[in-house]
Formats: sequence, structure tokens, C-alpha cells
Amino acid sequence: MDLFIAKNVTKTFAQHKALDRVDINVPEGSIFGLLGPNGAGKTTFIRIVNRILAPDEGELYFRGNPMTPSDIFSIGYLPEERGLYKKMKIGEQALYLTQLKGLSRHDALTKLKYWFEKFEITSWWNRKVEELSKGMQQKVQFIVTIIHEPTMLIFDEPFSGFDPINVNLLKEEILQLQKKGSTIIFSTHNMASVEELCDNIALINNARKILEGNVWEIKKTYKTNTFEVQFSKFDGDLRTFLPSSFECLELNPVNEHLKARIRIPAEATPNDLIRQVIPHVMIHSVNEIIPSMNDIFIRTVTSQHPDPSTSSSEKI
Amino acid sequence: MNKILLIIRREYLTRVRKRSFIVMTILGPLLMAAIMIVPVYIATMTNEIKSVSVIDETGFFYGKFKDSESIKFHYLVSDIGSAKSSFTKSGDYALLYIPKTELSLPSSAILYSKSQVNMNVKSYIKNVMGKRVEELKLEAKIRDLKLSEDAKLTTDDILRSIKASVDISTIKIGDEGKEEKSYPEVSMVLGMFSGILIYFFIFLFGSQVMRGVIEEKTNRIIEVIISSVKPFQLMMGKIAGIGLVGLTQFLLWVILTGTIVTIATSSFSSKNKTGHTAEQLMKSRTNGMTAMQLPNAADSTKVTSEQTNEVIAAIESIDFPVMIGMFLFFFLFGYLLYAALFAAVGSAVDSEADTQQFMVPLTVPLILSIVMAQFVIQEPNGPVAFWFSIFPFTSPVIMMIRIPFGVPYFQIILSMTLLVAGFLGTTWMAAKIYRTGILMYGKKVTYKELWKWLKYRN
Repeated sequence: MDLFIAKNVTKTFAQHKALDRVDINVPEGSIFGLLGPNGAGKTTFIRIVNRILAPDEGELYFRGNPMTPSDIFSIGYLPEERGLYKKMKIGEQALYLTQLKGLSRHDALTKLKYWFEKFEITSWWNRKVEELSKGMQQKVQFIVTIIHEPTMLIFDEPFSGFDPINVNLLKEEILQLQKKGSTIIFSTHNMASVEELCDNIALINNARKILEGNVWEIKKTYKTNTFEVQFSKFDGDLRTFLPSSFECLELNPVNEHLKARIRIPAEATPNDLIRQVIPHVMIHSVNEIIPSMNDIFIRTVTSQHPDPSTSSSEKI
Repeated sequence: MNKILLIIRREYLTRVRKRSFIVMTILGPLLMAAIMIVPVYIATMTNEIKSVSVIDETGFFYGKFKDSESIKFHYLVSDIGSAKSSFTKSGDYALLYIPKTELSLPSSAILYSKSQVNMNVKSYIKNVMGKRVEELKLEAKIRDLKLSEDAKLTTDDILRSIKASVDISTIKIGDEGKEEKSYPEVSMVLGMFSGILIYFFIFLFGSQVMRGVIEEKTNRIIEVIISSVKPFQLMMGKIAGIGLVGLTQFLLWVILTGTIVTIATSSFSSKNKTGHTAEQLMKSRTNGMTAMQLPNAADSTKVTSEQTNEVIAAIESIDFPVMIGMFLFFFLFGYLLYAALFAAVGSAVDSEADTQQFMVPLTVPLILSIVMAQFVIQEPNGPVAFWFSIFPFTSPVIMMIRIPFGVPYFQIILSMTLLVAGFLGTTWMAAKIYRTGILMYGKKVTYKELWKWLKYRN
């Protein structure tokens, strides 16, 4: 079931179209990656989800019903442009922001205490923000985002400004939150973290959604039946024994071995490939080349650029 | 609603706790009290008796200069040369020399002194001499008429009778035909003071709103906050919070100034023998009457007590509940009207340095009202005063200046209604600019851009 659905969302700023008929479905309990180059319209979309902006056209559904203003209490949002009041004490500030989320003072204090202890930052309570490093501030912001235990969390570039240790801490927390049942929308340029965390993605480019679906499904459609074969005991041309439908894309020496990329016909299987190769060489490994999200991202976005008007969103 | 309260609370507390607020709260009253106390203190300090020697070669002014509390006159019969040389050795304050004139009446005199002559002394001498010369001229004219003995007697009477100085009391006739004594000087000072105070507060706290908005923008906290509250709530919360800070500061100033002045006054009266006058002077000062204790003719004590009565009556003539009510209303709505615009300006820029271009339409009407204030004060019910006190951008200052003079009810109500309407209008407009502006970074915004923002749907 989809927790959040955006249908036909359009938003125009003066002459600039920020979103053009975007449909997005976020399955409940998933980690959903919202991808796209800079200026594609991701932040506008996120702001519409948060009801900071209203769409010109289109509908939003939350838990199956049209979205209402009170639904924002079920959303936690960590914006890309995030900061804190510099002159205010950490504790006071966290309490203020938590209370703005609708928690009572008492509840806010109890929960903050728990999270400050968990992140080992209790000693900062009475310090001013300007005394803290950027990474430290991010921790406080993260706590404030998730403190009201929202059903849906939206992180816009959550890892920017964190050191690797804290990135891991954060990833852990995000996975924990998912386990507890939260749905997470996650906007980033960092494709490695998309591979690692996301179940589903949507790719937005030039105000339009050009790709959406399960990460593995997308990868499957983008794979090209290409295999990487490492072998030794051969120094000639593979084409002498491979059938003409099997195409050798490249052949390079790697250490003591050779590495070949071979594309096989759609109806063929990896077993066919091995069967063809095995009489002639000593095989060390055979791997299917699955395109990385990074490749898919670059490929779809660049193929889009020449003429964005002809592209239509493809749903998988 | 609860969230607005949270925002107001934060805006209020963070500002009230600031060191600059505390310093301002203490320094303000000290300064104001000093403005009231110091001149009085100086006046009591320099209350020594100045003696002025007079050489009157014409003989017309003998006995005409009357001694007062602070000036003593004594007449010398010697030539000016020796008087001048002995003057430097004597302890006299000044030497007045009225040279003999052959044909006409004297029209000039020379005042020698060791230092710059006190204005009061000079103006008193001028006054006495002028009157005396007038009298002499009048006598001469009457003599020229060659009247009978009988008529001469009456002319003497006439002369004596015209000496009486004329005192004009102004009486205001109210709507119900009720007569009220009015005190234009008191109204002037009171009106000017409250008008300037409103002007000052609008500027001071309006720019605090603007700085607050810019702070949230540059801190990048704005988006965190508006993901849980509406931009409008945040803007109004900030405006209300800072408005309360303004009211707090104002009340603290009034209370502290009052306390300091009271303490200072009581310490004066216990320390000084002249404390009596000092206190009265103080009273007249605190009520906005600038020192009128000129070294006036003979019975200065009588004059002082009369003046004190006048001052008390003048104060009693002011309708304080109405005055304070009006002040609070125009203070509050004037602030609200402008604060929304200040917030909009803050939202449209990235730093305080960029505010300049948008500040012009805000500062022009405010400065214009202060410039127009002097014309309004001269003619508080004229057309200039009327139109400026109706226009919402100038009415907070101008109406406040007019109120102590008495303003027809329908004008007050019209002005108030337009001010509230103006406040709703600017807030509506500001809210539209604000919610777009706060999320806009790194863009040099123009007026054209702002116009576009006004037309956005959310």
C-alpha cells in the first residue's frame, strides 16, 4: 500500500516550471530515494509534500486520504538548508522546535533527554549553537526532525556535512526508523547511499519525473546482458571461438589474467557463455554487470538533455 | 494558536534577556531623567545674585529697574570712564550704560560685562527700557495734544491703566458647550513628545523585526520552522513578540524615569535652601513646561506660585485616560502596520546590507510625518493636519500630535479605522512577499520580483 501519493502535481513560478505533471507513489515502510540533478525540482516537490508550498495543480494523498494541514504533524522534515538560532542554547532550542511540532513541554523534555543520551550530547544542553561544529549541529537537527515519531520522514541531503563516522551513525538510525515502521523519503546526489538504503526511487529531471520504481527492477531493465569474464591461459582473439551473436566489448589484461566484457544475446543465459568459453580458457570468475544507480542516473539524465520535451515518464 | 504563543514567547524572551535590552532599559531612563534634572540642577547652582551697576545719563530710567531674586541693580553717579575702570575691580556682574541723548529719547544702551551676558538679564533690561521709552513717547504725544488740566489727569490714569500687562487665557468650547481652559503650550509639548516617541518606537522595533527575519534566513533555520508552522504564524508571532518587547521597554522607561526623577527631586528639596523653587521648576519641567522663571518683575514669588497653579491646571486639563488610550492604540497599530512591511523587506534580502533599496518606501512616510509635525503643531486642525492624520502611514505620528489639541470624534474614528484597514492590508501583502522571500536565497530581488511574488498562489 502506498503511504503517500502525488498525482499530476504541477508548480510554476512565474515563467519557470518547477514541476510538470509529476506522479509519485511512496510505498509504506519503504525508503524512497528522490533523485535528480540540481534544479530538477526535487526541493520544490519536497516543499509541496510539507505543505510549505501549494501545488498549482494535482492532488496529494496521505494514508489513502486527501492530505490535510494536520497531516504535517505526521511528517518529519530535515531540509537541505538547515540551521539553528546561533545565540540560543541547544537545549532551549531543541525544546522550542519540538514544542512547535505539537508536543507538550513535558513530553518534549522526556523525549529530548532520551535522544540526547543516545547521541551522547547531554553535556551540550546549556551551550550555545555558535560554540558547536557543523556536524554537532546536524545531530541536534536530526533529533528534532525525528523526535515526534512521524510516520513519514523526509531527508533532503541528510549526509552533507557529516564525517564518515556520523554518516554511519545516521544510516543506522534511518534503518532503525524504517524497522520501526516509518516511511522515509530521501533526496540525495549520493548514489552510493541510494544503493545502500533505498528500496524505491524516482528520478526527476527538468521538472518531470523520468523514472520511478523499485531499485532492483530498474537495474534489471537497465542491464544489458553483459558479463565480465576473468580468465588466463589464452592469448589470442576471443572472436575465433565465440559465436558471432556474442559480442566482446573489451579485453584488457588485469594482473596475470585477462578481463573481457562480453554481451550475449537476450535469449542466451550465462551458462551458454560459460559453455562457449570453457574449452578454450581457464575461467577465474564470471560476473553479470549490473548498472549502478550512478550509471543509470547519468545515462537517463544525459539522454534527456538534448530534447526534454520528447521524454515521457516511464513507469516500471 | 498555541504555536503562535510559543513563537511569541521565544521572540520575547530571547530579546528581553539580551544584554543590549537591559542596557537600553537602564540607560534610557537615566538619559531622560538627566535631561529633566540637569538644567534644574544647574539653575539652582547658579542662583547667585547678580549685581548690575547702572549709569543712566538720561535720568529716565531711575528706579525703573527692579531688583529680583537673581538680579540686583544699583545706580552709580559717575562718568562712564571711571566707572569702567572701577568695574573690573568690583564684583559686579555687569555695567549698564545709557548714554545721554540730546534731542530724541534714548534708544540704545551698552552693557559691559566680564563674561558673556546671561540672556535673561539682557532680555529683562531690554524689556524694561522698551516699556519705559514707550511710556515716555506716549506722554510726549499727549503733551503735544495740549489738553486741559482735567484731561491731563485722565491721561495719567490712562497711562497707568495701560501698564497692566495682558494675560490671555485660551478657553476651548466643547461640543456640549462646556468651557475648558486650554493650554496650547502643554498640548504642543505633549503632542510632539508622543508623536516623536511613536516614530522612534516604530523605527526601533520595526527594524528589529526585519533583523529577526534576516537572522532566520541567514541561519537557515527558517525551513525547519515553517515545516511545522505556517509562514504567516511565524511572521505574526515575531511581530507580536517584538511588539511586546517594545511595550515592556516603554513601560519600564516610564516607571524608571518617574522613580529617578522623584528620588532626585526629593533629594534636592532636602539639600537645598532653594529647593522650593527647584521643586517647582522640576514640576514644570516634568510636565513639559520649559523654564518660565525668568527674573520677572518685582513680585517674583507671586508669579512663581501663579505659574505653579497654571501648570497644575494645565495638567489637570489633559484627559489622561484618553491620551494614554490613544497613545497605546496608535503606538500599537502604527507599529503593526510598519512591522509587517519591515518583515517583508527582511524576507526579500539575504543580508542587512541589501535592505537599503526596499527601506525607502518605509522610511519616507515616517520621516515625512516628523517633517510635517511642525506645521501640524502650528495649525492642528488645518487641512494638512487632517489629511496626514487620516493617511495610515503618517497617522500614528500626526494624529498623536493633534490629539492633545482636541480632535473631532469622527476624525479620530476615521483615522483609527483606516489605520486598522492599513494594518490588515500591509500584513496581507507582507505575508505574501514573506512566504516566498524566506525561501529565496542568493538572488538579487527587485521591485518587479516582489510584484510577482504578490501574485503567487502560496
